Amino acid sequence: MDVRSQIAMVFHLDKCIGCHTCSIACKNIWTDRKGAEYMWWNNVETKPGTGYPTKWEDQDIYKGGWEKKNGSIHLKGAGKRRGLVNIFYNPNLPVIDDYYEPFTYKYLDLIESPEGDDQPTARPVSLITGKPIDIKMGPNWDDDLGGTPDYARHDPNMKNISPEEQEVMFQLEKMAFFYLPRICNHCLNPACVASCPSGAIYKRGEDGVVLINQEVCRAWRMCVTACPYKKSYYNWYTGKSEKCILCYPRIEAGLAPACMHSCVGRIRYLGVLLYDSSKIEEAASSDEKDLIKNQLNIILDPFDEKVIEAAKKNGVADSTIHAAQFSPVYKFVKQWGLALPLHPEFRTLPMLFYVPPLLPVMATVKKVDHKEQLEKVSPVAKKWNDNWLYDTSTKELWGTLDQIRFPLKYIANLLSAGDEDVIKDKWKKLMAVRIHRRRVTVGDVSHEKAEKVLKEAGLTAETADAIYALTSLPKFEERFVIPAAHREQAIEMMDFTGDTKGETGFGIKSKVKRGL
Amino acid sequence: MDYLDSFILIGLPYTALALFVIGTIYRYTNRKFQFSSLSSEFLEGRKLFYGSVPFHWGILFVFCGHLTAFLIPSTVLTWNSQPARLMTLEISAFIFAISMLIGLINLVIRRYTTSRLSPVTNKMDLVIYVLLILQTVAGLWIAYNFRWGSSWFSTLLTPYLYSIFKLQPDTAAVVLLPWSVKLHIATAFIIIAIIPFSRLVHLLVLPLNYLWRPYQQVMWYWDKNKVRSSKTPWSLQRPKNT
Ligand code: HEM
Ligand code: SF4
Ligand code: SF4
Repeated sequence: MDVRSQIAMVFHLDKCIGCHTCSIACKNIWTDRKGAEYMWWNNVETKPGTGYPTKWEDQDIYKGGWEKKNGSIHLKGAGKRRGLVNIFYNPNLPVIDDYYEPFTYKYLDLIESPEGDDQPTARPVSLITGKPIDIKMGPNWDDDLGGTPDYARHDPNMKNISPEEQEVMFQLEKMAFFYLPRICNHCLNPACVASCPSGAIYKRGEDGVVLINQEVCRAWRMCVTACPYKKSYYNWYTGKSEKCILCYPRIEAGLAPACMHSCVGRIRYLGVLLYDSSKIEEAASSDEKDLIKNQLNIILDPFDEKVIEAAKKNGVADSTIHAAQFSPVYKFVKQWGLALPLHPEFRTLPMLFYVPPLLPVMATVKKVDHKEQLEKVSPVAKKWNDNWLYDTSTKELWGTLDQIRFPLKYIANLLSAGDEDVIKDKWKKLMAVRIHRRRVTVGDVSHEKAEKVLKEAGLTAETADAIYALTSLPKFEERFVIPAAHREQAIEMMDFTGDTKGETGFGIKSKVKRGL
Repeated sequence: MDYLDSFILIGLPYTALALFVIGTIYRYTNRKFQFSSLSSEFLEGRKLFYGSVPFHWGILFVFCGHLTAFLIPSTVLTWNSQPARLMTLEISAFIFAISMLIGLINLVIRRYTTSRLSPVTNKMDLVIYVLLILQTVAGLWIAYNFRWGSSWFSTLLTPYLYSIFKLQPDTAAVVLLPWSVKLHIATAFIIIAIIPFSRLVHLLVLPLNYLWRPYQQVMWYWDKNKVRSSKTPWSLQRPKNT
């Protein structure tokens, strides 16, 4: 057992309102620079949809991630042989048009245009060439389905969903979608690290944050290809690849990353997971159906005495172990088994987990007769004369699960490598919590029914209450349990701190050590 | 031997080598951030293929050919003692040089006809293109007109280059070579001189280390085995982070 600690995340998809506040917080701090304009280290996609960059999930196009061949795993589009042979020209590199050409507007024209018969306009100009362009794409062009089912139809997760099922999905009145916020997953088996010929990318031992050393990066761009989530970006101006740094200067100080801190839906949780790093390769090489199980198996119980002892031996600080015991991520992922990694089949062992969305599933749309109701409404009120009812009642037990508006297969393609039973299990739990809470707060569900539902989902009333509390009522400190990094100890390992005393204090401005 | 000859064959090489060594050290230590070739594939990813690939494979072969003749001239001469082997070597070198030239031309056309590339193009790029094209054309001209280069390089140029490195320049044989060869030598040293001052530095950092490093890299700010151990002695020595 080789215990390490990892700062891991959970995003609760039911709570995301698709406001993009997270993306803006990140952009303002990190990527509002020349060459980085097109980068969205945090982006929010509408699912079903093609995403950013377009169709990033389709590895037949982008060749990202690992694939298993003859029992062991290899990088699909990079690696020692392929990476070096293709070093003069990377055939699988996404180009600017796969994202979008960044633009701004000539706002000054609105003020400075000479008087004339027409209104002045602010023309869009490219942030690369500075010339006027016709905007063809933006960072979230398919937001809320982008006004057409075309984006949804081209979603790579639709590949094994039959045309009939798709037709049902796209019936206007029944259409459903949800949001998928994405950042770098700070994977345990990162493809970006493995693909870098210069060795510029590394995972930090202390907290698992994956970083690119800008001084060592030599623009070979293999990480852009290798990351199956397309979360490593090439800066065309500096000639360096860049990626989400999980706001490590904030994390080290015990603060939440900007995207998480600003999240309006409060969907984001961040905490420590202890894991056994000696089993990473084994877990990443599992058969597809065991991937999730084995990934969760390397996450260790932070209350286990043996784990604590091994963690201490490996230099994990007490405050970190303590944080691991109160980690909301541990609860969602391991204790309650509610959260899943995005596209586990890419085999990078992502450390960002998603609670699958229940809302698009649970509600059904029915045709009902509204006449009686409409007559009650005041004559001046605006009336809709369609007969659709968005029904979220919990009358039948698992009824809505079987007549969902979203093919189960779709969510399974996204979060469980196609295994529908895994998703069903999570949904049952989520639903059971709702039915249980409905009994407690509204009281129109019978005790027997609530008990039965909880039992079938494998939950107790206490667990359901705990899930409810951490989902709906969590305080800031419950969502983010971050131990401050012990940089003071780190520095002592590298420098004798006594030497630097006084160097920038009274009188002396340079290092006092004399060589000459 | 006139002044021009002694400048090209003695003055220029030493100036170039000095610039190369000092410039490279300076850039690596002070401008490490820029120690690479600014890739433009992200802005134009299709035409680059027809430029970069033939150019780089071409130059790689031709460069290694020159290097072999420099390092092991006698082996090259032995190899060339059979006409069939000599022809194979000469013809393949010629083909790779043509591939290099075609690649270069495609690169130049691509760079100056793609509007998205203008923000990442600078004057040094033009200098490099001119020098490389000049060098390739001169090389092809020599290979075609003065056969067989692989043999006389080994007998004439290798001793001259050795004499340069031994700091006892001996130009007696080289001064008699035609002007095109002297041009080729001069351009070669100019290219060496500008390596540290241009994107060409990237050829010095070919990442061969990748071949033997493990795929995954984990780095620690502290020594995980020592940080929590009370047995670790308190020392005035800077501890090694292993
Ligand atoms: C040592 C092995 C070499 C490697 C791995 C290498 C790799 C590369 C890479 C990755 C690029 C960027 C292509 C892009 O825009 O994406 C490049 C460009 C370039 N390389 Fe090399 N190179 C090598 C050797 C050389 C040599 C020996 C020369 C010439 C003396 C050379 C001259 C150039 C030039 C002129 C460009 C710019 C091409 C353009 O964008 O127009 N390279 N090289
Ligand atoms: S998500 Fe991509 S960039 Fe982030 S650690 Fe994983 S492989 Fe690397
Ligand atoms: S800020 Fe939160 S709620 Fe808003 S889009 Fe981002 S993840 Fe969703």
